[in-house]
Amino acid sequence: MVRRRLTPGAVIDGFTLGEVVHKGGMAMLLSVTHPDHDLPMLMKVPLLFEGEDPAAIVGFEMEQMILPRLKGPHVPRFIATAGFDAQPYIVMEQVDGVSADTLLPRCPLPVEEIAAFGAAVATALADLHAQQVVHLDIKPANILLRPDGSAVLIDFGLSRHDRLPDLMQEEFRLPYGSAPYMAPEQVLGERGDPHSDLFALGAVLYQLTTGVWAFDNEQRLPAMKRRLWRDPEPPRRRRPDCPPWLQEVILRCLEVDPARRHPTAAQLAFDLRHPDQVMLTPRAQKLARDGLAAVLKRRFNPDPMAPRPAGASAQLAAAPIIAVAIELPAASGALDEAMRRAVERIMATVPEARVACLNVLRTSLLSIDTTLDAAGENRHVQRLVELRHWAAPLRLEEERLTFHVLEALSPAAAILEYAEANRVDHLILGARPHSMQRRLLGSVSGEVAAWAPCSVTVVRAKA
Amino acid sequence: MRIALFTDIHGNRQALAACLEHAARQGAERHVFLGDIVGYGGDPAWCVAQVMREVAAGAVALQGNHDAAIAAGIAGLNGVAAAAIEWTRSILSPAARTFLAELPLLHEEEDRLYVHADASNPGAWRYVMDAEDARRSMDATSARITLCGHVHSPRLYGLSDTAKLTVFRPPANEPIPLLARRRWLAVLGAVGQPRDGDPAACYGLLDTTEPSLTWVRVPYDVAGAACAIRAAGLPEQLATRLALGR
Repeated sequence: MVRRRLTPGAVIDGFTLGEVVHKGGMAMLLSVTHPDHDLPMLMKVPLLFEGEDPAAIVGFEMEQMILPRLKGPHVPRFIATAGFDAQPYIVMEQVDGVSADTLLPRCPLPVEEIAAFGAAVATALADLHAQQVVHLDIKPANILLRPDGSAVLIDFGLSRHDRLPDLMQEEFRLPYGSAPYMAPEQVLGERGDPHSDLFALGAVLYQLTTGVWAFDNEQRLPAMKRRLWRDPEPPRRRRPDCPPWLQEVILRCLEVDPARRHPTAAQLAFDLRHPDQVMLTPRAQKLARDGLAAVLKRRFNPDPMAPRPAGASAQLAAAPIIAVAIELPAASGALDEAMRRAVERIMATVPEARVACLNVLRTSLLSIDTTLDAAGENRHVQRLVELRHWAAPLRLEEERLTFHVLEALSPAAAILEYAEANRVDHLILGARPHSMQRRLLGSVSGEVAAWAPCSVTVVRAKA
Repeated sequence: MRIALFTDIHGNRQALAACLEHAARQGAERHVFLGDIVGYGGDPAWCVAQVMREVAAGAVALQGNHDAAIAAGIAGLNGVAAAAIEWTRSILSPAARTFLAELPLLHEEEDRLYVHADASNPGAWRYVMDAEDARRSMDATSARITLCGHVHSPRLYGLSDTAKLTVFRPPANEPIPLLARRRWLAVLGAVGQPRDGDPAACYGLLDTTEPSLTWVRVPYDVAGAACAIRAAGLPEQLATRLALGR
């Protein structure tokens, strides 16, 4: 194997090396330039020593396979790679952003900042999981924050791609990952569940909220296994001003059984963006760890974990976010009924789906807006009440339903923006009957169907 | 370079024609036939003639156990397979029979070994069914990539330089990187009689520059192939299993 010296100014395959930006245990990063690529770039080079850790090589091989297949704003753009026959490297975009590591000295952070950070990372995870990849090493050092607050995930050396061989699985008996953030099922060797990333994010949020790790940095397997039965101190015990909803979200992420965590990263992001809509359970109020009896039961007689559909994509399909745009007052009772039936059908077939009921409260440029109606009632609150009334016949569990009144000039634009921001999987809306109004204003459902980032069902009452 | 790899055609004209056409559209510059051109299917003469033309034009073709049985006899084959071989022998031209009997068992080029079954003893027609079989086959060659068939169900075995063996069930139509530091044994799916539950024909597309291997799935006229089997008077189960991919 030929090894060239990685000194500044050296050229490898057209890439001119610059400074060493970072040197970690398994790889180092150098800034590079190339006449054909006009963007800031990093070259990642695996560190291979005498008595080298085989994980460094296998991790590099995994990243070499996975990174070129990823796209979108939440991963660094892939530029080039070379294998081990000469100098191995991966060249990628140098993301304009700071490591989430830089947040740690400021812990505990303000609650709003934690929620925004969590929503940004959960959104990035939703995007990654949709590309059939589970990250499996989510921790502050592997999260970059762009100036606009969005998150970029880096380092896919421990990741698992649904459609590629998992070299890590066969190579090592011990689980690889970062002990303070590793999900219990990952400790046991399970490497295909996207919920493992939600656990790790929960552990990061715990740290940002309380300033301490939820689980210690003990690398030995018996010590890591302790998280299967011993729960961490509730955040509210360490930080009394932690709101119940945030504790609810964090402790749900940290559930031992993956099936008890949020069904998807998109649903977790949804909760972090709508704190007032988080359904509070006894988790929210806990001020002490579980008692000895519960811990002993988990240790020696644990409940069996429900089998999960394998792989990231199968689980996403089972837990979509459905948004229903409801007109108030209803155009017709028949349309109302038809819309509810459409929702019922979807909810019956996908048990982990959740429904967001939307209504657009039209504002006007011409008049000075007031949220109070003629009778002095708050229109916003009134609409929420009407939305709940609309959904009541669906008889859905409360944690599967949320209600949102959007104030906007254009209903179509508001619905589209909502679907985009909340990673909605399926939009349902009613078609207005033919009318003069529709001819003049155009059809909301038509515009939404044309531009939506997801599937759209337009419901029409049969004449 | 892109190399198209066809194995276990088994006299299925419709499946072979669909795969050849698909491979041409993908820009495959070289064809390799990994054996079992005949047996089970209703159009062995067409399939052998097609492969003979390809070989004359530079393609590589290897012998499979069904091809060998035309001359060597049906020992080791089950009743249904044996019946198909007897019928096939009766309709093939002497030239076609000679072609099948003279096919080689192995072919090596660059870092690749082509073989129908287990490379450690190719004439014994052992199946590569698990990690142990794969290791035995890889131990018998210095080639970095072994490509074989015989099993009718896609698998990829990888061997690292620490002698760890990975087993992977490759999904359809996904280029799987054959990383340079590892040695690989790829079991291709069958062109003419898939048995992994997907009735679509399967062939391999090897990109030697990446390098990567894709298990390509091609829908084809299953009903037409089943018709040919019935018209030949072969056992009915050979016709029905095509639609099930079993």
